[in-house]
Amino acid sequence: MISQASAGRTLAEKIWDAHVVRRAEGEPDLLYIDLHLIHEVTSPQAFDGLRLAHRKVRRPDLTVATEDHNVPTTGITGPGVPLEGPGSPVTDPVSRTQVETLRKNCAEFGVPLYPMGDASQGIVHVIGPQLGLTQPGLTIVCGDSHTSTHGALGALAFGIGTSEVEHVLATQTLPQHRPRTMAVTVRGDLPGGVTPKDLILAIVARIGTGGGQGYVIEYRGDTIEALSMEGRLTVCNMSIEAGARAGLVAPDDVTFGYLEGRRHAPSGANWEAALDHWRSLRTDDDAVFDHEVVLDAATLSPYVTWGTNPGQALPLSGAVPDPAALADPAERAAAERALSYMDLAPGTALRDIAVDTVFLGSCTNGRMEDLRAAAGVLRGRKVAGSVRMLVVPGSMAIRAQAEQEGLDQVFTAAGAEWRAAGCSMCLGMNPDTLAPGERSASTSNRNFEGRQGKGGRTHLVSPEVAAATATTGRLTAPADL
Amino acid sequence: MEPFTSHTGRGVPLRRTNVDTDQIIPASYLKRVSRTGFGDGLFAAWREDPGFVLNQPAYDGATILVAGTDFGIGSSREHAVWALADYGFRVVVAPRFGDIFRNNATKAGLLPVRLPADVVGALQDAVESDPATEVTVDLAGRELRCPAAGGLAAPFEIDDYTRWRLMEGLDDIGLTLRHAGEVAEFERARPAWLPVTA
Repeated sequence: MISQASAGRTLAEKIWDAHVVRRAEGEPDLLYIDLHLIHEVTSPQAFDGLRLAHRKVRRPDLTVATEDHNVPTTGITGPGVPLEGPGSPVTDPVSRTQVETLRKNCAEFGVPLYPMGDASQGIVHVIGPQLGLTQPGLTIVCGDSHTSTHGALGALAFGIGTSEVEHVLATQTLPQHRPRTMAVTVRGDLPGGVTPKDLILAIVARIGTGGGQGYVIEYRGDTIEALSMEGRLTVCNMSIEAGARAGLVAPDDVTFGYLEGRRHAPSGANWEAALDHWRSLRTDDDAVFDHEVVLDAATLSPYVTWGTNPGQALPLSGAVPDPAALADPAERAAAERALSYMDLAPGTALRDIAVDTVFLGSCTNGRMEDLRAAAGVLRGRKVAGSVRMLVVPGSMAIRAQAEQEGLDQVFTAAGAEWRAAGCSMCLGMNPDTLAPGERSASTSNRNFEGRQGKGGRTHLVSPEVAAATATTGRLTAPADL
Repeated sequence: MEPFTSHTGRGVPLRRTNVDTDQIIPASYLKRVSRTGFGDGLFAAWREDPGFVLNQPAYDGATILVAGTDFGIGSSREHAVWALADYGFRVVVAPRFGDIFRNNATKAGLLPVRLPADVVGALQDAVESDPATEVTVDLAGRELRCPAAGGLAAPFEIDDYTRWRLMEGLDDIGLTLRHAGEVAEFERARPAWLPVTA
């Protein structure tokens, strides 16, 4: 990693060093894992592996599970949702098996589980922070690449595969090669109408889908410090789209204010002890990052993706690029492929692109501020007749709060569908999918070919742009209305 | 896991960059609870095109995938590795890999080999012009050789530990449990105010 000549350490290095159980020459460090998040898709084979080897979950008290990827978002109003029979919203037998498997595994191994319909259920990267489980300085893993989200609270959080899930279940540790460190520094005020989603889309476009490979990104600068916790969660969420291992923001008063009083946050004397430790979690002034990228917030504007990876993004004010203008043959071929898949002609103004579906939700933008922002745009307006809009709160707790604030009525009055919590249309796995050829404006995090359904076309946008787009049927920013 | 010391086989040129794991194995296959049988889902959408390289009979039985840069980006699904392995691949060669994918591959005995773009290009040219071209991936010697490609012999990097583990066919969990005492010692020193889930 970095030269040991510098005495100062970055935040990521401090967290890393504090979690090394064992270090040996020529081997990856063995890291202790403070929190292991589980869901139904990447855990079945891991639990099977435990069973076959006659092993137990070492720390069920540091493990928590939810049902999010493969669950329907209709027909669920409260706990006790049947998995089969006439009252069940679960129609796919394969999905049912997967959810049943998680329930059996959690019961057998003693892992706390928040099932479909439970008041605390939701997308795994939404409920962790919400429950106060995600805290500064923790190492957090999950069999899901958007685990980077939790870095917003100053945790070192990263996605792992199923074999590693099994390893953590069995040992509560993970052998890891030390990553390099990258600072992404953003300075200045975000112009009006520019949201955290636009900021991270611009960062990913700048770094590229592979630019962060091997790095942990620390987001720094006054622009980042001015973001709310939900804004930071959105930014950290898409660190993986820049290829980074993890992304984090140093904890500060915003972090402490967010955490205080949450269910699993420390309290009383423990709160003071925790605060004391959390305040030490900052990059030293003399620390040296392996790489730094600097952005001027004043140059930013609402961003949308036009292509088939999150790095293929441009300001909404722009136009579909011309592949012929690209010098590198591989890039040109990739752009041609993308335009062909997306059925877009070079030079088309992005604002002229019509969509038939709008998805507001996901671990990127399914939280209260996102819903409030979208409701603010939709209040007194209607979803265009040519558009189907789904609003999927990131958790049942968010759903309940949104209903208390009357946001659900704003959405339904406008003609949007108000759903239960889950990953929904982010990935084409549960019933919420795009049909072939359908085109969406989506507040999720990936626009790969077929991501939201085979043959589906995805444009990634902010919640504000999603709402405005729903009213016009074309990619639109609120300022255009 | 089968030990991997050296493998000689034929290569498939996949002339695409940014091949994400949704392309390698679509989400619909992730509903399965088993670890096997994912070969039929490999590049499912692309294989619907008769012209797709894997549909060309000349490449049947090839065991080395030679792809463009940023292979395996996106979702952490280890199912992508299982699909490649089930289909018959033992090695993937690319100028760069998504971190999570590369890591997952080494857990399941699929060897990710990172080589410079020009070398990968030359290899793709060779296996494209003659699908019967033999490629040797020598993990012990950390070298990829393709005599037919102008005598190509390219060294590749892989850390000592992963190389050793793959060559011995060893499972990470068993290795870690040898240090269970150190894990317990670390746990005893953890502060009491850290969160628990129950």
